[in-house]
Amino acid sequence: MTTSSKASSTTKSKPRIAATMRAQMVRTVEAVMAADERVVLLLADVGVEQFRGALRAYPTRALNVGIMEQTLVSAGAGMALEGFIPVMHTIAPFLVERAFEQIKDDFCFQGLGGSFISIGASYDYSTEGMTHHAPGDVQILRSLPGMRIVVPGTPGEFDNIFRAAYADAAPTYYRLSVARNAEDRPARFGRAVTLRRGRAATVIAVGPLLDAALAASEGLDVTLLYYTTVAPFDGETLRRSHEGGPVVLVEPFYAGTLTPAVVAALAPQPVRVEAIGVPREVLTRYGTPEQHDAALGLTPGGIRARLAQLIPA
Amino acid sequence: MGAKTTTNPDIERILGLMALATGDEKHEPSAYSTLDVLWVLYDRVLRYDPCSPRWEGRDRFVLSKGHGPLAFYAILADKGFFPADELRRFERWEGILGAHPDRNQVPGAEVSTGSLGHGLPMAIGMALALRAKGCGARVFALVGDGESNEGTIWESALLAGNQRLANLTAIFVNNHTSSNDLGDLAAKLAAFGWSAATVNGRDHAQIEAALRATDPERPSAVVAMVEPRR
Repeated sequence: MTTSSKASSTTKSKPRIAATMRAQMVRTVEAVMAADERVVLLLADVGVEQFRGALRAYPTRALNVGIMEQTLVSAGAGMALEGFIPVMHTIAPFLVERAFEQIKDDFCFQGLGGSFISIGASYDYSTEGMTHHAPGDVQILRSLPGMRIVVPGTPGEFDNIFRAAYADAAPTYYRLSVARNAEDRPARFGRAVTLRRGRAATVIAVGPLLDAALAASEGLDVTLLYYTTVAPFDGETLRRSHEGGPVVLVEPFYAGTLTPAVVAALAPQPVRVEAIGVPREVLTRYGTPEQHDAALGLTPGGIRARLAQLIPA
Repeated sequence: MGAKTTTNPDIERILGLMALATGDEKHEPSAYSTLDVLWVLYDRVLRYDPCSPRWEGRDRFVLSKGHGPLAFYAILADKGFFPADELRRFERWEGILGAHPDRNQVPGAEVSTGSLGHGLPMAIGMALALRAKGCGARVFALVGDGESNEGTIWESALLAGNQRLANLTAIFVNNHTSSNDLGDLAAKLAAFGWSAATVNGRDHAQIEAALRATDPERPSAVVAMVEPRR
């Protein structure tokens, strides 16, 4: 390809890892665009200010299409057809649910690769109300053949996994959240990390709920597995690590989203699966994401109370 | 198709190839509406190499509506992309030619389409990509008038106009299948920043002139009027 590849001046002086996943997305994507001329960035009016460096540095490889998420995704597929690696970004419900058929037909059915990076996980946009929530994104994306889904727990984990996976010829969804864990874990694409071993149950913590799950399971005789890639689901680690009792999911999206993956991973062995996560209710409150977490029991105390009920003493 | 009378031997030959297809013909009116514009496009305008369907310098064609691909398939076979015998397996289990084209099965099909309103925005992505690569090839997309009810067609019209995608030409074949009156499509597209012309969709000279025309600053639209479907 004969495009220009000037590094964005905005990325030079900053440390590689940012404090938030959103800021990290900008640093990582701009760094990858500087190093790889095949990468193109498509925005739909969200992130335009944050990505101003890329938009300025790469006038033909970075584009804000305006508020048209379906065309955002189809245009990304068109660029993928021509050998580019598209990165498409906007708020979760509009990227995933509004443009779902474009992701399905134009990427999955055609066998094209690209990265879909969302912000606004579950109720991160709490003050905006239910139309801006997306606790169902992972569930519907899991229905798509070939779709890969990453739920990082820290900015550093996003950076590592994105750099390792972006050039694979597969559609990949990155679910960025305001909530984050305090420290990076050795999370690689497609692999779960075993953080505790125990016999009474296996707790599966997903992405930014790890710290709460760790605190909640302190002192309990449980295996604790940390998942950042949820599709494909690392069934091997679960099979190897699960020593008995129920499998308890701690999910930052709709509770039970990963139940079929757990059941399939342990088959033909029967397993009791319990799920702690966002309930399938219309969430009409505003306030802060932390207030939603507290109301839904997605705090260390709330999760601990549920674990006490679910796990045999 | 028996009601059609024509004296053009090329069109007669393509009609003969279309008749090889023995599958369900419920899409027949839309297959037929595109016949002349597709023939002129593939015979006189588009640059391609059937022996190397993904040759980088080729012009790209996207059957945006996906529906009614029989004329498209027959012309691809006639031009040597695949053996004409494949048409006998149209819509069959053992064949590669479905009622909507699959790029991973049909030599010469650039994109997989079928759900309306996907092809034109993908063609925009291809045109943006060619611009980024500095490749001078053109992208053509065929859109149906029924398909033009989809919102993404108008998202695309807005975006291509704003991006001044001079390497993009959209062909709107109007056989009056739209349930909503589209009015003057060329005027609408011109209002979105396109260079737009209306032609008789059965007049090869008119079609060729319109397809060859480009505007250095704007995407081009060719509205091809054909008789209403029966």
